[in-house]
Order: sequence, then structure tokens, then C-alpha cells
Amino acid sequence: MIAALSIMIFDENRIRASIIEEGLREAGHDKVVVLHDIVGLARQIEIIGPDVIVIDIETPNRDMLEHLFQLTRSVRKPIAMFVDRSDSSSIEAAVEAGVSAYIVDGLKKERVKPILDMAVSRFKAFSRLQQELAEARSALEERKIIDRAKGILMKSRSMSEDEAYSLLRQTAMNEKRKIADIAQSVVTAAALLGS
Amino acid sequence: MSFIRTGIDNGGLAAPATIASPGSRLVRAGFIPLVDAAILIAAVEFGFAAREGIQLSLIKDVSWANIRDRLAFRQFDVAHMLAPMPVAASLGLGSNPSPVIAPFILGRGGNAITLSLGLYRRMQTMADLSGKQDALVNARALKRVIEVRRNEGLDPITLGITYPFSSHNYELRYWLAAGGIDPDLDVKLVVVPPPMTSDALSAGVIDGFCVGAPWNMVAVSRGVGCIVAVKEDIWAPSPEKVIGMRPDWFEQNSETGSRLIVALDRAARWCDDGENRRELAQLLSDPNYLDVPFDLLHRVLLGQFTIDPDGAERTVPDYFNFHRDAANFPWVSQAQWIYSQMVRWSQVDYSPSLAGLAGAAFRPDLYRNAIGVRPDTPVNDTRVEGAGTADAFLDGAVFDPANITRYLQSLGSTKGDE
Repeated sequence: MIAALSIMIFDENRIRASIIEEGLREAGHDKVVVLHDIVGLARQIEIIGPDVIVIDIETPNRDMLEHLFQLTRSVRKPIAMFVDRSDSSSIEAAVEAGVSAYIVDGLKKERVKPILDMAVSRFKAFSRLQQELAEARSALEERKIIDRAKGILMKSRSMSEDEAYSLLRQTAMNEKRKIADIAQSVVTAAALLGS
Repeated sequence: MSFIRTGIDNGGLAAPATIASPGSRLVRAGFIPLVDAAILIAAVEFGFAAREGIQLSLIKDVSWANIRDRLAFRQFDVAHMLAPMPVAASLGLGSNPSPVIAPFILGRGGNAITLSLGLYRRMQTMADLSGKQDALVNARALKRVIEVRRNEGLDPITLGITYPFSSHNYELRYWLAAGGIDPDLDVKLVVVPPPMTSDALSAGVIDGFCVGAPWNMVAVSRGVGCIVAVKEDIWAPSPEKVIGMRPDWFEQNSETGSRLIVALDRAARWCDDGENRRELAQLLSDPNYLDVPFDLLHRVLLGQFTIDPDGAERTVPDYFNFHRDAANFPWVSQAQWIYSQMVRWSQVDYSPSLAGLAGAAFRPDLYRNAIGVRPDTPVNDTRVEGAGTADAFLDGAVFDPANITRYLQSLGSTKGDE
């Protein structure tokens, strides 16, 4: 029986790291270690001797790892992830997702690829979540600003809430702009005019 | 098809010898936001690339390992690289070696060594330094502090560099060794990303570092460090960053590659002109590039240093040499000097064939082909380094690329023995 691969995840983003960890555990990898802090990383690598290190490509700390591998004889010779250069689509996917990895030399590609694919897909899922969260936040902001604009119109023009909203919507349609933009103008104008 | 520039340079307006094909050629260039990316940035922002029919697209990155990999995997066509990176690649060193050639040097200078204020004050007390001493005296003073610390049972000091195959690594080691300090035994070297150096210094994670501009000045202006040596003290003509290209890319795009070299040559001359340094500082301070205050960058570009938080000043007129004295010429002998340092510090073994491979990473032939015959272009591709006063090494050693073994012996190293 082949020994289970030992996988180390280094990501300063704790949430993303735990998402990847969870994915790997679900896929049956139980030797997974997650590190968030560069302090002590070198020592952890020496102690654990991981077969695969997954690292966030946006951290400048990758250069620290390069130095460590160059210096330390006790660390088994790792190579950067893109071992199979013919597989350019998966290289692109990894770089786009923001993942890099180091793999102990000699490890069979078939054993590593599922791990990397998992990391890449989880990185992507995380970016998608972040994107959705950002969109949800901005929707919430828009909602708030529209409510404020409605309040201003209701007070200054003695309108009902429905009338105020209709006016905002009609103006937005006439000017081919978003309701939130019109609402923002109303709020800004009100602030300038001190009403 | 390549083109050759002929005749004397006539002020940047020379047309290429062949007619440009319509439409511009896209070149994707990776870079790290450092002052020595200036030539690339100026080539884009001041139209030097466009004038050669090149649409130069700059892509900012955060680590040299990323730069290396993204060049290897064709996400970049060319890249801003540390001069030792193409040499390391040609020797198969590092975790993803893939062939890279360097036909153009992006300048010489910009590095300095900074020590923590506490460490420097101890050196001052112990060696009676006034703050005006030269780099070698400072290194010897550091040696005394290291010896005393050892007797006190303290851990070795920790110094930061940027990358295992960097001018910073070799310059710091050169300076330490010249002062009698063994960089592998007497100190601990770690990699610290340059933007984090002054934080790491003030937090006490490191006791000093060797990095490029503007990070040394940043540490001094924050009151956490003192500059004890600059690159000019160690070896002034040392190549700092280069334009790295994949050899197969250049083969398939030789005209574009040559035009890029011409564009960089024009941009380099512009950056080098003292009158343009203010404008250059303004450009580099932009958040898209370095995002560092203009005043600091301007002073760095003029070589006006505050070396000590007390306000001690030093002016290094050639702190940034972007163009003068054939600064962009890729000397084969300098690639081989880099190799000699890799041998000296046990990154690779010595053999004449490896020395040949290392030298071939720098491509003066491609430089000549693009730039043409010009009075400021060196006649030879290789030379004895450090023989004159302008190019002297800190310790007075002379590097003859024809005899690397003897050179290493002169430095007290037996690593070059076959």
C-alpha cells in the first residue's frame, strides 16, 4: 500500500486555507497541515517534511521558500508545481486561480494532480464567494442610499414612499442611469443644500 | 528577421533599418515594483516602446519565483529579473530552472546594506565609529560585535536578503566576508520580501538586510536602521536587474526583441539624465508602480542619502546608473563573476564547462545586433573585472574570468578547485 501523501497548505488567508483543507480531507487526505504565519514556517517544513506544499501565489513569501529549499539539506528536494509543461491549460488555471505548489521530486504526477486540481478549484470557489460577497455588500449599500433618497423626497416634496420611489425610478429611466446613482445625487444635493 | 542599426546614434530618432510592419507588436513584461524597474516603466509611459512599434504591457508581480515561473510558462514574454536569475537558470539551479537569456542590463546600483539602529550603535561604541566610516571599516566593526555577542552566548544575528540568486545575496556575503565574517557560520541569512524589511527590522525579526531602493532609505526615515554600505562600495559596475527572455521567444520574435532592446536603450538614457529624475520620481511614486512618496524617491534617485536617523548624510552620485559607461551592456565576464560567487558559497560546483554555460546566459551579441555600432559600446564581450579604480571591488580583488579557480583562491576559498 502506498503511504498517504503529507500536504502542507500555506495561506495567510485563514478562510481560504480552511476551505482547501476541508476539500482535501473530504477527498480522503488526512495528512494535511495548514499554516498561516510565515514565522516558524521553515521549521515546520523541516519537521513535517511535506510531499506537497500548496501556497498562495500572491504572497511574496514564495521567495522565502525558494531560499529555504536552496539552503536546507534536510528538506527533500522540492520542485515548482508545473512539472508537466505540456499541460498548459492546468498551468494557466492554477496561475489564474492564484495557486502555486511545491512537490517533492520523483512523486508520480497521477498522485499529485488531483490534489492540485482540488486546490485550484477551491481557490476559484473562494474568489467567486468573495466576488458574490462584494456584490451583496454593494447591493445592500444601494438599498440604503435609495431609502435615504426616498426619505428626503418624502419630506421635502410631501410624497408617499411609493411616489418617491416612482419618481426615482422614472428619473433613472429618463436619464438612462441606475436608480442608486439618482438616489446618490438626491442625497448629495440634499446635503449640499442643507435640507 | 532581425534588423541592424547602423551608424552613430542620433538622439533617439533613428528609424529602424527595416520598415516596421503595420500594427504594434504586443510584448508582455512582468516586473516587481522597484526603482530599477524604471527603464521598463519609462519605456511605456514616455513612448519609447511605442516609437519602436511595441505595445509594452507591464504586469506587476510580488515574488521573483512567480516572475521566473510565469516567464517559463509563457504568461510573460520578457521580465524584469535579478541578474543572477538567468545565470542560475542556465546552471539548472532553483526549483524550476528553465532557459532564460539576458541581452540587456537594466542598470547598475540601487542596493545598500542597512543594520538595525541597536546593532549599529553597538558597533559605534565598540569600534569608535563616527558614522563617516567606509563600508569595509563598518564590516570589521560588525565582526567585533559578532565576536562579543558569541562570547555573551547570544544567537547569531539574522540578516535579510531578497532571493537566493540575487545580487543582494552575493553583495551582502561579499561585504561580510571582506570584514572577516563567515556568512554561513557567523550570521543567519533569511529571505525577507523588500517591502517588509523595515517592519521586520523594527520588530526585531532581523538585525539588518541588503535590498534595493527605496527600502533602505525607508528604514532610515522610519528611524529603525542605519545604512552601512551601498553597492558602489562593494562593486560599482555590478549588474543589478536585467531583461530576461526565453531563448525560444527571441528566436521566434527576433525583430520585436531587437526593437525592445532599442526602446529600452532610449528609455535608459532618458532615465539616466539628471534633469529627468524629478519626473521619473513622480512617475514611479504612482500607486500603479511603486506607491512610495515622491520626495523619498526623488532623493533616492539623486543618491542623496540619510544614512542614520540622526540625520547623517551621504551623497552617492552614481547610486543609480541607468545608462552611462555602457551600463546596459551584458558583459559575459560579469555573468561569470556571478557564477564564481555561486561556487564560492556552495550553490554549485566549479567546472570550466559550467563557467561557459553561466557566461552564455548574458547575450552581448543580441545587444550589439540591436543597438548597432556606437562609440559607447564595448569592443569585447568579456574583460578582467575590478582592475581599474572605477570598477574596483571592496577588497581590491581582481576577477579574471579566464582563471576562476585562482580568483576564488585569492578570496580564501577552495571551492573553485576541480
